[in-house]
Amino acid sequence: MLGKRIIPCLDVRDGKVTKGINFAGNRNIADPVELAKYYSDCGADELVFYDITASAEGRALFTDVLKKVASCVFIPLTVGGGIRSLEDFDRVLKCGADKVSVNSGAIADKSLIKKAAEKYGSQCVVISADVKRQGGGYRVYGRGGRDDAGLSAREWIRFCVDEGAGEVVLNSIDTDGVKGGFDLEMLKDVCDGIEVPVIASGGAGKVDDFITLFKTVKNADAGLAASVFHYKEILIPDLKRKLFENNIPVRL
Amino acid sequence: MIGIVDCGVGNLFSLKSSLKAIGAEAKLFSSSDGLRSADRIILPGVGAFGDAAKKLRSSGLFDEIKREAESGKPILGICLGMQLLFEKSLEFGVHEGLGLIGGEVRPIAEVIPKGYKIPHIGWNGLEFIPHPLFKYLNEGDSVYFVHSFYGADCPDVIATTDYGAKLTAAVARKNVMGCQFHPEKSGKVGLSILKAFCEV
Repeated sequence: MLGKRIIPCLDVRDGKVTKGINFAGNRNIADPVELAKYYSDCGADELVFYDITASAEGRALFTDVLKKVASCVFIPLTVGGGIRSLEDFDRVLKCGADKVSVNSGAIADKSLIKKAAEKYGSQCVVISADVKRQGGGYRVYGRGGRDDAGLSAREWIRFCVDEGAGEVVLNSIDTDGVKGGFDLEMLKDVCDGIEVPVIASGGAGKVDDFITLFKTVKNADAGLAASVFHYKEILIPDLKRKLFENNIPVRL
Repeated sequence: MIGIVDCGVGNLFSLKSSLKAIGAEAKLFSSSDGLRSADRIILPGVGAFGDAAKKLRSSGLFDEIKREAESGKPILGICLGMQLLFEKSLEFGVHEGLGLIGGEVRPIAEVIPKGYKIPHIGWNGLEFIPHPLFKYLNEGDSVYFVHSFYGADCPDVIATTDYGAKLTAAVARKNVMGCQFHPEKSGKVGLSILKAFCEV
């Protein structure tokens, strides 16, 4: 039986892992290679790396980190951050990424998903959307949660999946970093009927939040979190055992 | 030395790194030149069957791999590489494969129940019969899958996985082996399968 996946997310800036609260105030906390090895050893099913640097120098440090991680960690690696063109796909795939996650780049260039899916296959293309409540609905935000992209979340995800995105990451801006639980309402609304894997992100604070996620949002295939794992507030082996005890299929 | 067949599609970074991690020497081959000097051959691959088969033919690798297989050299196909070992594939048309493993490659949509997502992506358990490839495996071990097609009508299945239906997870016929999942992405379990292949 296919397991629900637990995915730690590593935001990398200047070669270090950082995590902020509500997308601001990042501070450097750890060496990404050490952290990636630790996660792989303790049962993480996949790792996501976000490059949150903007400078060319930071980008070079990032690809260096990625290469090092991919040389010693043998679970799937997804890379996002600053992906705007097929050249960007190429750059991170050559450094050992298995999947590439696009966010603002797909909003800026509406043909990017299709081009990437045709060239690298759908299994390689992940659409990541930052979603925020607005006027009774859910909207997509670009540029790290700063700009309203003027798109309804449901319609945007539908479009991206039709264009060939092979997985969807839904990150709730409203619950990100708050540790009060996943945004179940938004997830249920936006990922209903999506026929590719959906990764829920934003708001996990304790083990029960993951149990509630998988029990409530049947269409969620994976749960993603950052700081609760980095600061060891949730230990992955412990989390997976608890999921298993609650009859949620996981890889132990 | 392990010869990795490079047909220009897919990412070989992880495969190379994982072989290095288990202490195996590996070399890439994009043509048939020198492939004979390899002790073992790995046929990896992500992408479409038709493209990959065409590239194998134009580079002379298609016939060379068949010859090497017939000479008894251990060969391991991974993911699309496993599918290429079959007689034929029905992915976007009908394409002839290497014919080293019995059966044909068909869409999983034909066998899995409605409501199951396609592709089959993620970690899934293996049900396996004893085989040298699995000598380090424990019951219930999971491996990482990403695929929309599977090996059907195959007499050479040595492992299956349950995704609403039993899907072919690994195959073997004498010295020719294949796995649908990605051992190079399946953590310690995956590395143990690669190690076992190096010891076959």
